[in-house]
Amino acid sequence: MKSPEANIPPANAPRNDRDELTGLPGFRTWRGVYLFVFGCFVLSVLLLLALTVIYS
Amino acid sequence: MNLLDFVVLFGSMLAIAAYGTWYTRHHRDLNHYLKGDANIGWLTIGISVAATQASAITFISTPGQGYENGLDFVQNYFGMPLALIFVAAIFLPLYRRLNVYTAYEFLGRRFDAKTRLLGAGLFLLQRGLAAGITIYAPAIILSTALGWRLDLTIIFSGLLVIIYTVVGGSRAVSLTQKYQMSIIFGGMVAAFAILLIKLPASFGDALTVAGGFKKINAVSFSFDLQKRYTFWAGVLGGFFLSLSYFGTDQSQVQRYISGSSLRESRLGLMFNAALKIPMQFFILMLGVIVFVFYQFEPQPVFFNQSAWNQAVQYDTDGKLQALQQEFDAAHAQKEQLIQIWLDAKHNGDHAAETTAKAQALAALDKSNALRDEVRTLVQKDNSNAKGNDSDYVLVTFILNYLPHGLIGLLFAAFFAAALQSKSAELNALGSTTTIDFYRHIIKRDASDTHYLKATKWFTLLWGLVALAFALFAHLQENLIQAINIVGSVFYGVVLAIFLIAFFLKHIGGTAIFWAAVLSQILVLVLYHYLGISYLWYNFIGPAACILLSLMIQAALGSTNKTEPAT
Repeated sequence: MKSPEANIPPANAPRNDRDELTGLPGFRTWRGVYLFVFGCFVLSVLLLLALTVIYS
Repeated sequence: MNLLDFVVLFGSMLAIAAYGTWYTRHHRDLNHYLKGDANIGWLTIGISVAATQASAITFISTPGQGYENGLDFVQNYFGMPLALIFVAAIFLPLYRRLNVYTAYEFLGRRFDAKTRLLGAGLFLLQRGLAAGITIYAPAIILSTALGWRLDLTIIFSGLLVIIYTVVGGSRAVSLTQKYQMSIIFGGMVAAFAILLIKLPASFGDALTVAGGFKKINAVSFSFDLQKRYTFWAGVLGGFFLSLSYFGTDQSQVQRYISGSSLRESRLGLMFNAALKIPMQFFILMLGVIVFVFYQFEPQPVFFNQSAWNQAVQYDTDGKLQALQQEFDAAHAQKEQLIQIWLDAKHNGDHAAETTAKAQALAALDKSNALRDEVRTLVQKDNSNAKGNDSDYVLVTFILNYLPHGLIGLLFAAFFAAALQSKSAELNALGSTTTIDFYRHIIKRDASDTHYLKATKWFTLLWGLVALAFALFAHLQENLIQAINIVGSVFYGVVLAIFLIAFFLKHIGGTAIFWAAVLSQILVLVLYHYLGISYLWYNFIGPAACILLSLMIQAALGSTNKTEPAT
């Protein structure tokens, strides 16, 4: 019997090159975009923590 | 509300319905109806993803949550940016490569038919329930604003949403959401600005009062499992809740698979990941500042004015009136103590500041106890007082303190947001029922036109189910929490099915199916008997499902006998 997984295209299937480019100034790779978003998250938590400490 | 407000409110509602109808005139095939025409840009996707999640409930109920419990609810969103990165990197490329209509088609290809139906069935169950709750929200607005009965308002607004949704398609949903969110944010920023202008204290003093009354509690590192919102529950439970919502919930998947490219869809998700926590903070802070505002102004003992007026009419023994007088006296005393507290702070008299602050806190406790007593009396035998009184805080403030015209605009924006999020939900429910059940089981080889008609009929059916749920549900929770509780109970297991599909290649359809069924039962039983924060079920559900699937697969052996993939 054919494995169900056989229906899923392989991960290394050809992709659209445009998809690999972020098109954002200063971010050449998606990894950079993800790190930026993670940095925003850390900054948000730190600011909220500072607000909590100052006014509690 | 005056004539100007009603013109703005009903004019906007009719304009939205007309806009949606105008966009549907080219919907002649299923692909176009379910995915739009796949040329939608990242900003539209980003706003559409945010709008689908941030419905009228977010803008009405979250400030009420901030008013009652402060900023701690923001921790619920701590896991979201991490989850969205995960979805953008792992889930999204696969969905686009498979070119699926629904997320559950992927389960059919990876496992088997029964697992696909289980995933789709769990989605329909939990989203069908949540859809009822989101019909409830705009009904609250109108019942308060117009003095209508809540049940009649639910029927009126529910039917309007159903008609609009059945006519509208995926592209219309995405595009109209963009304009609705602009109106919403414009209205909310205007409301915040006017609130600050009207605030009798400076913003610094407002934060001092809010902090002293434990409302500036944005981050807690407590390990207490009974505590509903903590950093740990938010990061871990919030991560799994968001991952399952954004990665496996068709109402969201349908929004971002409509992008013109993987890049546009990814940017749309990252837009949400960066902005969600600041946005929720802003909305909660609005509620906190409204709380401070009411410390200096006359505060209603019960914010749902419609229910209050009805209860007072039947208050033959005068108990409610007596409680109101007692509450007003306690409120006046509290206001004086707050003024002494702030004066002492400005004068640098720490001893007097500490004493006045403690006395003000005691006065606040007394006020809250009186509000609880009033709430019990008003909600007793009063069907018009369903739900949590905190959900009425913002609308009551808007009605009493914002200028005419802006009142109508804000109510129109709330209502429009509810229509749009409801539209996306019902669109997804109709799509899943058609693609994963009707086309898959009942009628396999019909034309696109047939499936398009079927999707509209199923959308209508789900709209009526949601309407019935909204009418008969008696919600004790704050609305925004009720939505998250329903999601947390069901999402975890669905997420586990997808995670296993991605990462545990040796697990087959039979093992995952029975593991999912058993772990869903386990979560329901634990939710019934344990009192832990609901966010933990987003972790418990997947953990139980993954563990059980490994055990069942080990018992079945390496031969993976499944039904033919579909």
